[in-house]
Amino acid sequence: MTVQELPGAGASHRSTTPPAWRPRTDAAPLLPDPEPYRVLGTEAADRLDPELMRRCYAELVRGRRYNAQATALTKQGRLAVYPSTVGQEACEIAAAMVLEDQDWLFPSYRDTLAAVARGLDPVQALTLLRGDWHTGYDPREHRIAPLSTPLATQLPHAVGLAHAARLRGDDVVALAMVGDGGTSEGDFHEALNFAAVWQAPVVFLVQNNGFAISVPLAKQTAAPTLAHKAVGYGMPGRLVDGNDIAAMHEVLTEAVRRARAGGGPTLIEAVTYRMEAHTNADDATRYRGDAEVEAWKAHDPIDLLERELTARGIIDEAAVKAARDDAEVMAAALREGMNADPVVDPMDLFAHVYAEQTDRLREQAAMLRAELEAEDQA
Amino acid sequence: MAQALTRAMRDAMAEDPTVHVMGEDVGTLGGVFRITDGLAKEFGEERCTDTPLAEAGILGAAVGMAMYGLRPVVEMQFDAFAYPAFEQLISHVAKMRNRTRGAMPLPITIRVPYGGGIGGVEHHCDSSEAYYVATPGLTVVTPATVEDAYGLLRASIASDDPVVFLEPKRLYWSKADWRPEAPAAVPGIGKALVRRTGTSATLITYGPSLPVCLEAAEAAREEGWDLEVVDLRSLVPFDEDTVVESVRRTGRAVVVHEANGFGGPGAEIAARITERCFHHLEAPVLRVTGFDIPYPPPMLEKHHLPGVDRILDTVARLQWEN
Repeated sequence: MTVQELPGAGASHRSTTPPAWRPRTDAAPLLPDPEPYRVLGTEAADRLDPELMRRCYAELVRGRRYNAQATALTKQGRLAVYPSTVGQEACEIAAAMVLEDQDWLFPSYRDTLAAVARGLDPVQALTLLRGDWHTGYDPREHRIAPLSTPLATQLPHAVGLAHAARLRGDDVVALAMVGDGGTSEGDFHEALNFAAVWQAPVVFLVQNNGFAISVPLAKQTAAPTLAHKAVGYGMPGRLVDGNDIAAMHEVLTEAVRRARAGGGPTLIEAVTYRMEAHTNADDATRYRGDAEVEAWKAHDPIDLLERELTARGIIDEAAVKAARDDAEVMAAALREGMNADPVVDPMDLFAHVYAEQTDRLREQAAMLRAELEAEDQA
Repeated sequence: MAQALTRAMRDAMAEDPTVHVMGEDVGTLGGVFRITDGLAKEFGEERCTDTPLAEAGILGAAVGMAMYGLRPVVEMQFDAFAYPAFEQLISHVAKMRNRTRGAMPLPITIRVPYGGGIGGVEHHCDSSEAYYVATPGLTVVTPATVEDAYGLLRASIASDDPVVFLEPKRLYWSKADWRPEAPAAVPGIGKALVRRTGTSATLITYGPSLPVCLEAAEAAREEGWDLEVVDLRSLVPFDEDTVVESVRRTGRAVVVHEANGFGGPGAEIAARITERCFHHLEAPVLRVTGFDIPYPPPMLEKHHLPGVDRILDTVARLQWEN
């Protein structure tokens, strides 16, 4: 039986116009461009701001060095785990650079580099991964939310914070970061929907690095691009080359400007690649081939920028060396900070569960104290 | 009780501009139980907000709002509808103070209408308190009287910690000689109250089962039992001292709640009584709870919920003679 043959599905029925609300017809401008937006290597590079690009370059070099140092610290057992962002530095750094002091960053567990680029001390940024304390810094002091290990759950927080700031009349934008795998989570959907309905000043940055641990994007989504998901929520979606820091900076700046001006949220998909394994516990050779990795190596974010800036005379050998020297200073400080054993107080276990400790916790704290004293005497 | 809850939110909102009420249907409609009735009209939609229908989103957004210094009061429409928000509740709400070493407490009140006895269809009558009390970092309170509905909700909103505020649905329509123009001061969170003094045994209960226990205590007089009834009011923190003091006096204890017995709060309470009152007990601590079944359909719920007869039968078993 076809639909036309169903009882009540006649022409007169179909000609009836629903009385109330109509679908929105202004969705077309929300659609992302079919190709990721690029600046480096295109005509758009003619308008690059040399000063900004020199900063970007120095930050990228520093970010790469940070990744290398953190990975080395994992091998030395100083970090329990480190999710690398080698290859993704342009996304991490641009995200931090486009924010004002009063704005908030909502990083995922992979985004320690974004937190460092925002000014957080690298040792503090790695506290969670070191196993010393969960967050490692005061989120309010730095306007950086705690790194979120559960996927996409920090996105509704960004929406709520941005909404609250706007209710209070404060000029605050929240930038929330998530990976391609995180876009499959329910919290991703709920956050984008809330943000669009509330027109909250939020920028959602998806770093599509190709894999959710081992699962490739094709098994994650059937959408043409992740940026397309924006359309269904009623917000613009932008597709951008995540290895092109000039493009990233431009697209993010525009989204932040739009949010600040009351234009509501934007979803940005940065197409990039995770050059290293998910973490040190992962074997990337099981799910991807060398050819793919090599192809992305040729599209390295630092090389792309260095080529462009060298060709245009914006940086020279001295600038490259200065950036590398600066990165070494950071790495040495990070090594030194991480090689000092953290002092942990076992009584901290009970100190921050409730504003006022419960009788139950006081009892358990006393038990632990007695155990510790017995150990000391032994 | 419904009016006392509304009044508590209204007074809190009037006194503190950072208090925001949010949830599905809380605005124009005033909530499906009308607990937020009139708040949107009085304080505007920005302070009493109809959100999209998404519990994780509602609670997740409340986390962000609390991070920015607001005091969100979230309504979860029904007990079983709160489950999509569990990841936010457990991974973020309960842990944020701890994760940030005290730098970022979250003063969120999560109102959950819970429990059965109203003839609701499935997924509308769960007694979900065991999930909440098993999560460190959450405060869990449940009023059984009109005064407590007001007082405990005010205390919950004022608390710097997240509070799961369990509202016994079947007591929404309970009435009392309560004068909203001058709400009486009630003891704050973490204090149990002896609602009826007695000498033969102690009934320990909370929320929807308090009126049932008081009725059972009256009926027990005919059997020669003089029952003391303790209303916990707060499950976390648990006022062990009030319970222990009562049981040491009476020598016998029955814990009553309508949530499933296995792994329910009664198990914990019975264990604590045994640990601290062993030499005072004349009989084992017994429990009267809902059966260990999914909440039954309306026509069967009267067989599931602990009623006066089941409580009296259990009390009779306290005449322990091996």
